[in-house]
Amino acid sequence: MIKSFFEKVWSQNIVASLSKDVFIMHIDRNFIHDLSGAVALSSILKKNYKVGYPELTFACPDHTVSTDPNSKHQGERYLRCVNPLRKMSHQEGIHYFDFDDDQFGIIHVVGPETGLSFPGALIVCGDSHTCTHGGLGALAWGIGASEVGHALVTGTIIQKKPKSLNVSIVGTLAPGVVAKDLILNLIAREGVAVGDNFAVEFSGSAIRQLSVEGRMTICNMAIEMGSKIGMVAPDDKTFEFLAGREYSPKGKMWESAIGNWKELKSDEGSKFDKEIYLSANKVVPQISWGTSPEHTIGVDEIIPDPLEEVDKKKRDALAAAIEYTNLRPGTPIEGVSIDRVFLGSCTNSRIEDLVEASLLIKGRKVCSKVEAWVVPGSRQVKQEAERRGLDKVFANAGFQWREPGCSMCVGSNGELMSKGMRCVSTSNRNFIGRQGEGSYTHLGSPLTAVASAIKGVITDPRKLIS
Amino acid sequence: MEKFSILKSRAAFLIGDNINTDMIIPMDRYVLAERKDLHQFAFEPLRFLPDGSKNPDFILNKNLFVGCKILIVGHNFGCGSSREAAVWAIFGLGIRCIIGRSFGSIFFNNCFQNGILPIILEEKSIEEVMSVAALFSKDNFLSVNLIDNQIASFQNQLWNFSTEHYRRIQLMEGLDDITLTLQKIKEIEEFKKQDVIKRPWVYLRKDN
Repeated sequence: MIKSFFEKVWSQNIVASLSKDVFIMHIDRNFIHDLSGAVALSSILKKNYKVGYPELTFACPDHTVSTDPNSKHQGERYLRCVNPLRKMSHQEGIHYFDFDDDQFGIIHVVGPETGLSFPGALIVCGDSHTCTHGGLGALAWGIGASEVGHALVTGTIIQKKPKSLNVSIVGTLAPGVVAKDLILNLIAREGVAVGDNFAVEFSGSAIRQLSVEGRMTICNMAIEMGSKIGMVAPDDKTFEFLAGREYSPKGKMWESAIGNWKELKSDEGSKFDKEIYLSANKVVPQISWGTSPEHTIGVDEIIPDPLEEVDKKKRDALAAAIEYTNLRPGTPIEGVSIDRVFLGSCTNSRIEDLVEASLLIKGRKVCSKVEAWVVPGSRQVKQEAERRGLDKVFANAGFQWREPGCSMCVGSNGELMSKGMRCVSTSNRNFIGRQGEGSYTHLGSPLTAVASAIKGVITDPRKLIS
Repeated sequence: MEKFSILKSRAAFLIGDNINTDMIIPMDRYVLAERKDLHQFAFEPLRFLPDGSKNPDFILNKNLFVGCKILIVGHNFGCGSSREAAVWAIFGLGIRCIIGRSFGSIFFNNCFQNGILPIILEEKSIEEVMSVAALFSKDNFLSVNLIDNQIASFQNQLWNFSTEHYRRIQLMEGLDDITLTLQKIKEIEEFKKQDVIKRPWVYLRKDN
């Protein structure tokens, strides 16, 4: 029988059906963090439940830890979130990655790089960017705190089977254009709701050409197109990425795992409920201008004029976004002055992101008025970058080289901008107030972020490529 | 959890699509406020002006709509982050039913976990329900009936909706997911027994 990649992985994990299309699904990896994880643990323990399968559960306090290299890790957020998570994890026998551990980092970076995430794994976490693990071929989605509680006690999750959406991206990326630009371009074209109630498979030659890191960037933003699940079928690149990782199977077990993983792809002639095509050839570096990821244009384009939108509802939404971001419609986005640059987050903080970004820096300096941060996604990323001397490249150019964590992607650790400040950010959301009340976020790739840091204005990174 | 069967209330409505969870409850409030206090900050960027005073134009600040148990919304309501605090904040305002064109999928699941019924209607029906809700009349109530899967206006217009059978029973009985799933513990254990043979790499030892 012809089955899609998603179908195969979905059916592997069905424990029981509750109705025609609602299932109890087995959780292979349950990742918890210091916000929803701590809340869920204390809630189930209060009800006298136990953690059912601690050996499949991993805790990592990535959200509220400070990424300041001189931080003493105290303060209200830490006391409210990190300390309880540590205490309850130890008590329940859950493996806890502490801030000083070599494996610490943003859980969506840590899972793949430790081999805890793998093709076909059903992964849940109380964080909407759990879809990132789909870059390895995992079936991974974000859940709410109550669902985290259910997952902790029962080792399962109840989910209605989503419809399937195949996004086929063909062609080759031009120099200076990276995975982040592809996904931003797709969201700009299709909108933030196109994936509502769908599980997305990203396929096509452009996806195959991407590294596993690039695929994770793509899947990370599936939620920004409305789909909580984004996946790329595994291939040799995936297996190479996972081989020898700490938690990856070894020896004979590795061979049998590979045997299963190789089957995890959409059969020829697979049917999807919806299909979208995108050519990568003409995509240019992207930058968001508004307050939704779909408010994105090419960095060489002009800020849209709401008056040109015929649909009233859309026109009002555009006008509100323009008003908030304090920009002038009809003028180029390139050249807009910025105050901050954030290179980090589960979207773009892996070693490949830092290496690519560092290549633009050689011999250049961060513009004096810009405060620019590099926040590696994990301690492993940080150590690898330091081994390659990237910390010095960034620091010598005037970037702050910080400790791993979610940081100012979402500011749940208090790392935020002041009112009126404007940031080019490699993160995933430009919602109102996301990086600080009254602040403005422009989403872009690591290359666009670094180029903008150097020039002090939103800059097309292709201009810095020699 | 509260049981849900029939809900009668005036309905408030929010014009616009893609109202995200950062808008429903900002991150700092989620991290630093107690759950019982979250409703004070629900829709904070919309409900309050930059100087901290109430925005008189925001519908939930208008006397007529304070305490509404039904909220009508557009496309992709609750998109963005997984924070359940968004639902807790809305619940704290007294809202028990959200009628929308579509919802963020994590938010949608979170509603059921807290006794809030999310209803998806077609564009045309949403427009009709919104126009009815906007009518000025002291008897302007909507009635949401989960037993019949039907919404009725005070002028007896009717709109049908569908709810996933499992979720419907869960809401009507006020049941907690965990209790229900634990009744299936044998099936879970049986699954694991077979799966550990099929996919042994999934199962890590405690001392790994």
